[in-house]
Amino acid sequence: MHNEVIAHIKSRKSELIEKWIDRVKEDADERMVNVVSEQVFQGTSYEFFDLILLSLSEKDHEYKNKLQMFSEKVVRLGWPITFVVSGLRKFIHLVHDDLIEQGVVSKEREGEYLESLDEWLAPLSNEIIHTYASTWEKTVSLQKIALQELSAPLIPVVEHISIMPLVGTIDTERARLIMENLLDGVVSHRAEVVLIDITGVPVVDTMVAHHVIQAAEAVHLVGARCMLVGIRPEIAQTIVNLGIDLNKFITTSTLRKGMEKALEMTNRKIVELEGVN
Amino acid sequence: MEIQSCVTILNEWDIVAARQLGRNVAKELGFGTVDQARITTAISELARNIYLYAGQGQLCIDRLNEQGKTGLRIIAIDEGPGIPDIRKVMEDGFSTSGGLGAGLPGVRRLMDDFNIDSNPGEGTDIRATKWLR
Repeated sequence: MHNEVIAHIKSRKSELIEKWIDRVKEDADERMVNVVSEQVFQGTSYEFFDLILLSLSEKDHEYKNKLQMFSEKVVRLGWPITFVVSGLRKFIHLVHDDLIEQGVVSKEREGEYLESLDEWLAPLSNEIIHTYASTWEKTVSLQKIALQELSAPLIPVVEHISIMPLVGTIDTERARLIMENLLDGVVSHRAEVVLIDITGVPVVDTMVAHHVIQAAEAVHLVGARCMLVGIRPEIAQTIVNLGIDLNKFITTSTLRKGMEKALEMTNRKIVELEGVN
Repeated sequence: MEIQSCVTILNEWDIVAARQLGRNVAKELGFGTVDQARITTAISELARNIYLYAGQGQLCIDRLNEQGKTGLRIIAIDEGPGIPDIRKVMEDGFSTSGGLGAGLPGVRRLMDDFNIDSNPGEGTDIRATKWLR
């Protein structure tokens, strides 16, 4: 990096920042301006500027740490990556324009300067993109784990009766889990009746129906009976429209009715106690 | 007047995105819960067909306004292997993937208008419309 450029940037720090903020704001859409308060915007801009200056002072280790911290902060602020990256590019152009305006660099050598400016800021934008990407990756994998955890539990409510409440979208991965948990659970809990509750499944298409039917058939093979409960009226209509045959199932509209039926099937019923206080 | 929004189907989660889009548009247009369920289910079937058989494609939702009637049209387009015998796939119980074989005939029953265009090796174009009553 050329020394005169560094000196120039240092000396015109506040002017450059102000200009930069103005330019970035011009381009930011309303959504961005609303999300970010003036204070945060200014603070971050100053912090960024200090960071850039630090990168010139050759304390490599400190710079890397700060860079990482800054990237993480920017990601946490929730700014779109395009906004941050285009902000960086604007900074390069701004410094470049300013150098020429102030006569530090002659017109003939501007290309050369632009290139070195670009090279100087490349690691910064790389680091920011990298942090963004890894944050997203982390979020996605965490959510995947969280999703798997609430995937398909089989709950033994009373003796011989187990319930599997399904909530959310059923994809192939979950369908596999449902089948496994159902069969393992039926055997280990010694269930005679299993209730699959689909109250929380937003869409029952042929694929979901297919998986549920298969699961029920498998349950039948290990010697238990399967009931499909929580069929909302609109789901009932779509199932009929689709022409899915659920005749092999005992179905009910609510879990509660299903529970009563399951007790009946295992020769029990719920009795209210009288007169005991 | 037509306003179109599209979802590119590449993996299983895009099916959910397409469904969500369809449900929101249906809600906006004033469809009741039963029709909302029908529309989302139809989208689910068509999007899954794209994912299963073509690998990738587009699912678009059109808002229609023709002669004072409001409607929603699902357009599913892919450049997959195509369907050799359309009559066959419109039969209940026919499936090449071990599924229930209720998908396409089901979509026809779920929606009001249904149109399918397919040439082997060129892809498939399915349009299904539901009118607001």
